[in-house]
Amino acid sequence: VTLSTAGVVPAPAPVPRPIESRRTQADSVFRWVATGAGGLTFLILFLIGLFLFIYSLPAFEKMGLGFFTTPGFVTTGKHIKFGVEAAMLGTVLIALIALIVAVPISLSTALFISEYAPRSLLGVIPVRSFLTSVVDLMAAVPSVIFGLWGFLLLEPHATGVSRWLADHLSFIPIFRVPSGTTVYTGSAFIAGLVVGIMVMPIVTSISREVFSLAPVHEREGAMALGASRARVIRDVVFPFGKGGVIGAIMLGLGRALGEAIAVAIIIGFAFQLNTQVLVSPSSSVAALIALHFGYGGKLGIHALLAAGLVLFLFTLGVNTVASIIVNRTRVRRA
Amino acid sequence: MAVLTAPSDEVEAPLEPASSRVRRIRPRDFKGADAALVGTSLLSSLCVVWILFTQLTLLSGVFGFIVCWLVAFLAIYWGVNRQFYGRFVAADRFIGALVTVGALCLVTPLALLIGFLVERGWRLLSFHLFVATQAKALEVCTKGSACPKPGLEHAIVGTLEQVAIAVLIGVPAAILTAVYLNEVGRGRFSHAVRIVVTSMSGLPAIVAGVFIYTVWIVQFKEHFSGFAGSMALAILLLPAVTRGTEEVLKIVPDELREASLALGATQARTVRSVVLPTARSGIITAVLLGIAIAMGETAPLLLTVFGNKDLNLNPFSGQQSSLTLLIFQEVKSSQQQDVNLAYTAALVLFMGVFAVFISARVLGSDWIGRKIRGEKKQRSNDPVDDVAIAMLEKGVSP
Repeated sequence: VTLSTAGVVPAPAPVPRPIESRRTQADSVFRWVATGAGGLTFLILFLIGLFLFIYSLPAFEKMGLGFFTTPGFVTTGKHIKFGVEAAMLGTVLIALIALIVAVPISLSTALFISEYAPRSLLGVIPVRSFLTSVVDLMAAVPSVIFGLWGFLLLEPHATGVSRWLADHLSFIPIFRVPSGTTVYTGSAFIAGLVVGIMVMPIVTSISREVFSLAPVHEREGAMALGASRARVIRDVVFPFGKGGVIGAIMLGLGRALGEAIAVAIIIGFAFQLNTQVLVSPSSSVAALIALHFGYGGKLGIHALLAAGLVLFLFTLGVNTVASIIVNRTRVRRA
Repeated sequence: MAVLTAPSDEVEAPLEPASSRVRRIRPRDFKGADAALVGTSLLSSLCVVWILFTQLTLLSGVFGFIVCWLVAFLAIYWGVNRQFYGRFVAADRFIGALVTVGALCLVTPLALLIGFLVERGWRLLSFHLFVATQAKALEVCTKGSACPKPGLEHAIVGTLEQVAIAVLIGVPAAILTAVYLNEVGRGRFSHAVRIVVTSMSGLPAIVAGVFIYTVWIVQFKEHFSGFAGSMALAILLLPAVTRGTEEVLKIVPDELREASLALGATQARTVRSVVLPTARSGIITAVLLGIAIAMGETAPLLLTVFGNKDLNLNPFSGQQSSLTLLIFQEVKSSQQQDVNLAYTAALVLFMGVFAVFISARVLGSDWIGRKIRGEKKQRSNDPVDDVAIAMLEKGVSP
């Protein structure tokens, strides 16, 4: 202490170097470009809605709200009368059948992958990652191939099931068939089966993800208290993954509502209100667009675009609610 | 609280099992005896259902048989376990078996589909398919001479061109969106973008087609072309690639970004030289999966490309074909030859998708990806070193 004061000129007090956190020009440009790309998805969705709305106006002008309560589709000639009632009914029926088929199987597969599957079988086969890949591959199989498969391989076998359901469970209204039915092809039931298979990978992969996010300490706590694996699933994994599973099912529903090609290949298409799912004909909004595109003159185009708008708004609603639920689950866990 | 703190001398003696007969419960234990139990249950249920089906009720159908067999198996398995191990173990194993059966139900359709495609399409594959079109075969046919087999050349060319253009449009936008979501965006807007991207990934393919149709063909008065189809495909692969890329960008450790920024790099530079290269294999996977999706779409092409039986090399003008369109248009044909062509197109398409899928997995996995890219040295564990190395390699002076 004494030395420092003796005859030494004190150094000027250190002044901290000013730190700038101003962005460089390159960074501003980069941030604007990236934000623009983020806004692009918004823009696309907005434009889809806008264009479909503008170009479906003529159809709504012609039919008004009758568009939703008319099953037929006559867009040329004197007796113009068209609507999506039958198509909407068919869409909902097919999607419901698809979910009834897909949800139990998807949830079991998700549980199997996240809870039961050994990491490796006999030390060589990586069961978990293999099954995850299989699910992803299934998601990548083109819908037209599922349609082809459903039409040429599944349908001949599945009609047996249809017949059995019609014979033994006809007291349930939707399984009723017109008396004397011998042909069970082209029905909403078979389309629903195939769409269900197509929906499975979506529901499975999201459910698997949320199941695996269930906290480890709660799992281990339950195990330490003597819970079996089934109890751990019931009391830890399910409650934690509930929101995510609901979101996953809704995303699956969105996919099922929007499937065009597989449905168009399988169902016997007709504009007819038919709640008997085991027999042809059936209908669906997406398949309507796929099958009737190019027919029906100028008004027919507008009518199809109106159908597209209905489908777009319908699936957008379902998907947005679903993705809010899924994202919330993800954020809370991660 | 004093009650809870146990004196240390009590803990010293390790807990001995009360008697040696107490069985340790291990939830994941699966011994030979358990396997035997599963096997016998399967066998006995098979016998029961066989008797039921063929001898007593004369039901028929493979599908029904398998369903009954599985139900009987689950019941017998539960009963046997209850007999041997009691209610709790039985319930646990029953749920386990149920879940396993469910997983089998998911894998079976895919296996059947692949088997079906290969069985029907394999014999029809030939080199001829890749150099002939439908139109040429038809032309020769109508002249009265022997009909040559139709080929898929026009469809394969169409698919390749449309997917390539879609990737060129869609992938840069998707990667930028992912960069926005993970590196730039904060707060409400980025949250909203994320939700929009997720819900857009569920956009029905046909709606994308209808949209491009209204904009491109109705509004701008253009004609059906491969390019119109590519735009629809780009809309469809955008959300998938964005989500995949975002997932891998999330994994890039923050230390890398901080180190790069601390060395004086701008954020743009950090993203370009550190974040994206680190996430490269994951991004490649995402892009390849996007390609697989684009290859398999039919519905948007139906309204924008329209199909063509002849070869059209120019994607910017005139109708084109594509494998998916060809399958859709020929599968319900009354001519066996057309249906056969649909089979082969489906097999070729599936092999293409499968190849893309497998290469996504291979390039995405760290070990093989590094081998292929020729990076021999394992990078150090110190993230700061990584940045320094990365920047030196790129010739950046920090």
